[in-house]
Amino acid sequence: MVELRDVWLSFGGPAVLRGIDLSVAPKEILCILGGSGVGKSTILRLILRLLFPDRGRVLIRGEDITSVSRRVVLRVREQMGMVFQGSALFDSMDVFGNVSFPLYEHTDLGDDEIRARVAEVLSFVDLPSEKVLPLLPSQLSGGMRKRVAIARAIVHEPAILLFDEPTSGLDPITTRTIDDLILKLKRDLGVCAIVVTHDVRSTLRIATESVLLWQGKVIFSGTPGAMRASRDKYVREFLSYLGEPGEPLPPEGGV
Amino acid sequence: MPGESSNNRRSAAKVVAGAISNVAETVYAYFAFACRVVPACFTRPFYRSDCIQQMDTIGVGSILIVLLTGLFTGMVLALQSAVEMERFGATVYIGRLVAASTIRELGPVITGLMVTGRAGAGMAAALGAMRVTEQSAALRTMGVDPVRKLVVPRLLAAMLMLPILTIIADLVAIFGGLVIAMTKLDLTARMYMSSVYDTMAETGFIFRVFPIDLVQGLAKPFVFGGLMAFTSCFYGLRTRGGTEGVGRATTNAVVTTSVLILASDYFITQILIIVFAL
Repeated sequence: MVELRDVWLSFGGPAVLRGIDLSVAPKEILCILGGSGVGKSTILRLILRLLFPDRGRVLIRGEDITSVSRRVVLRVREQMGMVFQGSALFDSMDVFGNVSFPLYEHTDLGDDEIRARVAEVLSFVDLPSEKVLPLLPSQLSGGMRKRVAIARAIVHEPAILLFDEPTSGLDPITTRTIDDLILKLKRDLGVCAIVVTHDVRSTLRIATESVLLWQGKVIFSGTPGAMRASRDKYVREFLSYLGEPGEPLPPEGGV
Repeated sequence: MPGESSNNRRSAAKVVAGAISNVAETVYAYFAFACRVVPACFTRPFYRSDCIQQMDTIGVGSILIVLLTGLFTGMVLALQSAVEMERFGATVYIGRLVAASTIRELGPVITGLMVTGRAGAGMAAALGAMRVTEQSAALRTMGVDPVRKLVVPRLLAAMLMLPILTIIADLVAIFGGLVIAMTKLDLTARMYMSSVYDTMAETGFIFRVFPIDLVQGLAKPFVFGGLMAFTSCFYGLRTRGGTEGVGRATTNAVVTTSVLILASDYFITQILIIVFAL
């Protein structure tokens, strides 16, 4: 579904990504782990072609999006939904305006159909639509904003979902709710998801595949179970730094 | 010490080279941005409702400041001129002076500067905030071009609304002059208004209807509106560095637009003088 082959990228200085290879199959959840500034979010921007790689290929359903026209890119982007770290909801629009935005932009649906679809996705993300529809993003809690952002990302039924730090800054209970929601998206909608995170616990719960980045390279790729069993020094170090001391790590998820 | 002074010279040269390179990069980006914006103004999709909303924000939202600045500009212009004109017994021409300077020059420039301070700063801040909170990136991920959605409606709205605001400013300024003429100079409204009309009649009419003065006066705000919206959006969408970056973008937008308005005013005036052979 999504594939990166030998992708290199720099922003004028030393390379941020140095020969990244990864792939995600349909109905898979790939978690990209790594410390701050290793280029995790940059990978999502490459997949959306918000950035161009210096070298390498980015394939979406077999099509190399680094060499296609802007028109094709717009069509490819319509197959994707992105949930940003800070939710990136439009401040000037209420929840209805935000969630319905992709439908008004890219479909010919009438107002009634759009209202029904918005209510459907809000209920999918466990938000009471009649209450939240008229609220502005500034009136929502962090967890609600994240769920509205997910609703906006799935409203046009994309095949690929991209999450940039979906649980960052959320309390443990809300984090679990968001994790459950990602699993529900995979189970009920059959989407493939790429989740950029530094949250080991979330990764072990939701990922079917995981990769660990270090200094712009993939130093581990495999299932969460394989990650847990890895003897690699950096993988061990990463797991020990980011796991809560004294707490058992959750069992491998992947519904 | 000789070594120290040569080091200082080198670091000063580096600073100057860095500044020149920054300016060159900004100018290049400005024209590159124009190459994206201009074609987008003439091709689909158009965001009509966003355009109307911006016309409301820029036009209706700026009426009060335009009324106030227009009124006081006309009043102070009449008051200052009256002192000199009274010496020559020429106060009867006060309407002529107020009308000519307001319609040709002060109306467009002051309206341009005031609307820049209000709407231009707002545009840069709003787009800057959208940029730093990734809302503009969210638009792109949804297959929407931020230039078409955010820039073109603001540009068209500003180019349409600034001439209208300028007409309002001109009328109010002439009214301000009338108030001073009647209260301080003992002129009648009829004398003042006929003096205003004489100025316009003197420079002639286009198609026997539109005073040349007014047409010249409206060409300027059309350009100023475009410069204001374009420059504000340019700095807004280039914002980097969080909330501090938004402040910097807003300041840059207002300062650059103000300078561009004053500089372009000179060149437009020069062109109009040649065109209308005044």
